[in-house]
Amino acid sequence: MVLKEVPTELVYQRPEVFDPRVTHYCPGCTHGVAHRLVAEVLEEMGIVDNTIGVASVGCSVFIYNYFNMDFVEAPHGRAPAMATGIKRVLPDSMVFTYQGDGDLASIGMGEIVGAASRGELISVIFINNANYGMTGGQMAPTTLPGQITTSSPTGRDVKRQGYPVQTAELLSTLTGSAYVVRRSMHNPREIRRAKKAIRTAFEVQKHGLGFALVELLSTCPTNWGMTPDEARNWVEERMLEYFPLGDYKVSPAVAELKI
Amino acid sequence: MAKELIKGNTAVAEAALRAGLEAYFGYPITPQTELLEHLSARMPEMGRPFVQAESELGAINMVYGAACTGKRVMTSSSSPGVSLMMEGLSYIAGTEVPMVLVDVVRGGPGLGNIAPAQGDYNQIVHGGGHGDYRMLVLAPASVQEAVDLTALSFDLAEKYRAIVAILMDGSIGQMMEPAELPPMQPLKKDIPDWAVRGHRNGERHLLTSINLDPPAQEVMNLRLMKRWQAIEQNEVRYKGYYLDDAEFVVVGFGTAGRVSLSAVRAAREKGIKIGLLRPITVAPFPNAVLDELAERVEAFLVVEMNSGQMLEDVRLVVRGRKPVEFFGRMGGVVPFPDEVLNEIERLVKGPRTTEGHPRDRWLSRLEETIG
Repeated sequence: MVLKEVPTELVYQRPEVFDPRVTHYCPGCTHGVAHRLVAEVLEEMGIVDNTIGVASVGCSVFIYNYFNMDFVEAPHGRAPAMATGIKRVLPDSMVFTYQGDGDLASIGMGEIVGAASRGELISVIFINNANYGMTGGQMAPTTLPGQITTSSPTGRDVKRQGYPVQTAELLSTLTGSAYVVRRSMHNPREIRRAKKAIRTAFEVQKHGLGFALVELLSTCPTNWGMTPDEARNWVEERMLEYFPLGDYKVSPAVAELKI
Repeated sequence: MAKELIKGNTAVAEAALRAGLEAYFGYPITPQTELLEHLSARMPEMGRPFVQAESELGAINMVYGAACTGKRVMTSSSSPGVSLMMEGLSYIAGTEVPMVLVDVVRGGPGLGNIAPAQGDYNQIVHGGGHGDYRMLVLAPASVQEAVDLTALSFDLAEKYRAIVAILMDGSIGQMMEPAELPPMQPLKKDIPDWAVRGHRNGERHLLTSINLDPPAQEVMNLRLMKRWQAIEQNEVRYKGYYLDDAEFVVVGFGTAGRVSLSAVRAAREKGIKIGLLRPITVAPFPNAVLDELAERVEAFLVVEMNSGQMLEDVRLVVRGRKPVEFFGRMGGVVPFPDEVLNEIERLVKGPRTTEGHPRDRWLSRLEETIG
């Protein structure tokens, strides 16, 4: 049998804002997935032309190469402060930061806590991959107890090197935080849930409900010394235990949001 | 408009507001705090953003973000707080976005004290933040001059896409004296073509200080230096007093310059032919006038409220042609006019030399004090 008229339906398309170039990310790294989710959300909400991104320092320092939209690039850890400056002078714009764990939960802890406690109307995409990726895999505030990195070569010893920071839990205690959740990108189901959370974080800003942050558990196969598949399994088997997925803060107004 | 009795910090804040300040971000620190306090009331009144940041790091990066949108923005602080801002200042310089910084300098190093000093000269004039960049630095010697320079500072920042610092010592910030404030200016309407405003007109804007390609970074550095040459050409400002027939010249900026003027007048009454050169822009430094003076006067006395930081800039211009002496007070101590007068009389009486370093001679005269 020969089909004469093949029915076609477009079910998958690269978001226009997402530049079709090859990224600098390693094979198996989930930065690309997170970028894509943000790009899809911006297009679905129709806010690409009214959004300013704030890039941070780390592997995602070049995020602005992959998004055809307005961007600024912040000093290490200071993205929430820069985003505050932009949002306050352009309150009708949408402003988001995209930060890694070293950037946000170590050097930039002051700025993120300040922004959250002010209830700053920004959306924060927070990538937690349990190490400093760009500088070659050093211990991060999120490195798990016992985890080997280039600066914890015998495994993170919590007596000497302290405990991992549970960022979503910490920021959820602040009244200014309207929406703080942790999601993961280690399988398709979690990726879909992550996208929904990113959408919510932007809707929270659009409706002026307060500070919004989505923590995303991510893979770093190169620095973890694993294949992409092993890295996904490591997120599931090791990271989820210390960083449970969940909604840590959903303010009553956010709970009522209809998306 | 009539003159009113007003504190320096408050006057600068109100002058900035009237010059069309569109957003202010700051953090409390003595002796600067009244500036922040004044704007905490006035900016919301005018419907303009004011944020008391979590730290000076936060404040300078809020300024950075807002400056990237092309708005007229400023912050203010005092010495230890300005140290924390150095990272952001370097980024802002590297991104070529305009802003105004007010540094109400206090005694240091470290926590020091809250009394007036000029110990931040090197930090503000010769860098402080990393990498090759320069800031325009204006040094007022009275509340009125601080008011006048505030409006100018925004125009200069925008003209050169650069940082303009108003370097005031704590006494200018804290002193109340009569000053006339400028009339309220409307907010500027034009949006610079480089501003990040969201991708509205189909044109994408990216502002960053990163440049991984060394030759391209070098070109950027050269562009900044070329712009600095234009600033040196166009923006030198200073005030000369009794220079026409001067045989001796005191050089001092800000409060040290103002105190020195009293001493110069007292010396004139004693028949000493002495003048005062008071740089208003300490960066760009008034090299040309100093060079001309070095050709025709006998000797110089540099007076500062630090250990002789501007002294080095003076020596670079004078180049050993004439003797240079130094007198400084530090740590929050303001010199009295009669102390400066003593130094003038010592200079006139001699002996004078072009050998050695003026700072060494000054320190050796202080041996009893420092032990």
